[in-house]
Amino acid sequence: MTDYLLLLVGTVLVNNFVLVKFLGLCPFMGVSSKTETAIGMSFATTFVMTLASLLSYIVNSYVLAPLGLEYLTTMTFILVIAVVVQFTEMVVHKTSANLYRLLGIFLPLITTNCAVLGVALLNLYEQHNFFESIIYGFGAAVGFSLVLIMFSAMREKLANADVPTPFKGSAIAMITAGLMSLAFMGFTGLVKF
Amino acid sequence: MSTLIAILVVGVIATLFGALLGFASVQFKVIGDPLAEQLDALLPQTQCGQCGYPGCKPYAEAVANGEAINKCAPGGEDTIKKIADLMGVEVQPLDGNHETDNSPKVAFIIEEDCIGCTKCIQACPVDAIIGTTKQMHTIIADECTGCDLCVAPCPVDCIEMIPVATTTQNWQWDLNSIPVTQID
Repeated sequence: MTDYLLLLVGTVLVNNFVLVKFLGLCPFMGVSSKTETAIGMSFATTFVMTLASLLSYIVNSYVLAPLGLEYLTTMTFILVIAVVVQFTEMVVHKTSANLYRLLGIFLPLITTNCAVLGVALLNLYEQHNFFESIIYGFGAAVGFSLVLIMFSAMREKLANADVPTPFKGSAIAMITAGLMSLAFMGFTGLVKF
Repeated sequence: MSTLIAILVVGVIATLFGALLGFASVQFKVIGDPLAEQLDALLPQTQCGQCGYPGCKPYAEAVANGEAINKCAPGGEDTIKKIADLMGVEVQPLDGNHETDNSPKVAFIIEEDCIGCTKCIQACPVDAIIGTTKQMHTIIADECTGCDLCVAPCPVDCIEMIPVATTTQNWQWDLNSIPVTQID
């Protein structure tokens, strides 16, 4: 149990996917200008990442590994992620109109989020078992959400701030992201092995 | 041999996923209301609420479910005719207060009387009124849809609806009323 908790905390804070591993930077910069959209994106990503890491574990350990086809993982995982995203979109659209309105536009965007493929591949390289895979996927998504929402809150503040002209817009956002990354590096000392 | 297996495995996985998605798209098909969408496209989108519904979309949905088609005042006779065509029902005269006088109008603020209370600005669904607190307001005639929602909130009654004079700019040829038939 402690192991799982450690893995979760480690993934959310210490090895944060966005700020430490630098995965999923595109949505991090892209949808962080408003907190509302950032929250929508966070929920959608959490859902898809957890499901995708679960499914890609199953596909890998029950189909690819027994047949000795590990070199096909990247291709197969992309397939899995695309299907999960499409399927989720259809189910959400049918079952909950409210949730669809909240997540709708963000779901297709997640297909191209490299953090989702990253989590599936890292599960493989770090030889996680079934539960570890799910927790790793969930933790990575929670870390992504945490950072995305914090960043969007900061950007909303920045929009009103008196930023020097050369730093306006994306430039100051990049600097903010860099400072956040530095701050998150501090979590490296959190878990002592 | 192993290449063949690899191709086969990926093929099978892809087919399974494809089948799943195909199944899902049939199973989870969302049936929108195409009639309501079409009706919404005909309505003027002033969102004025004179029909008793909170906007054009809700009224379109209500019409699709059997509501009277003659409640859209900003749309006027023209919109009713189009809705009647779409629904396959008889054209009805405009409902309520607008029945008697249906000529196109714009709101006009008598600027000497305006006290700058901004109440009409808040009421305007199309942002056609400019002005600010304790400053005189005025109406952008080109933006005004003549929905007369600003008339009621005005505490000093300085808004009146004036008919739009027919000029060569806004004259509308009623081409539909000319019977055009094809001669065999």
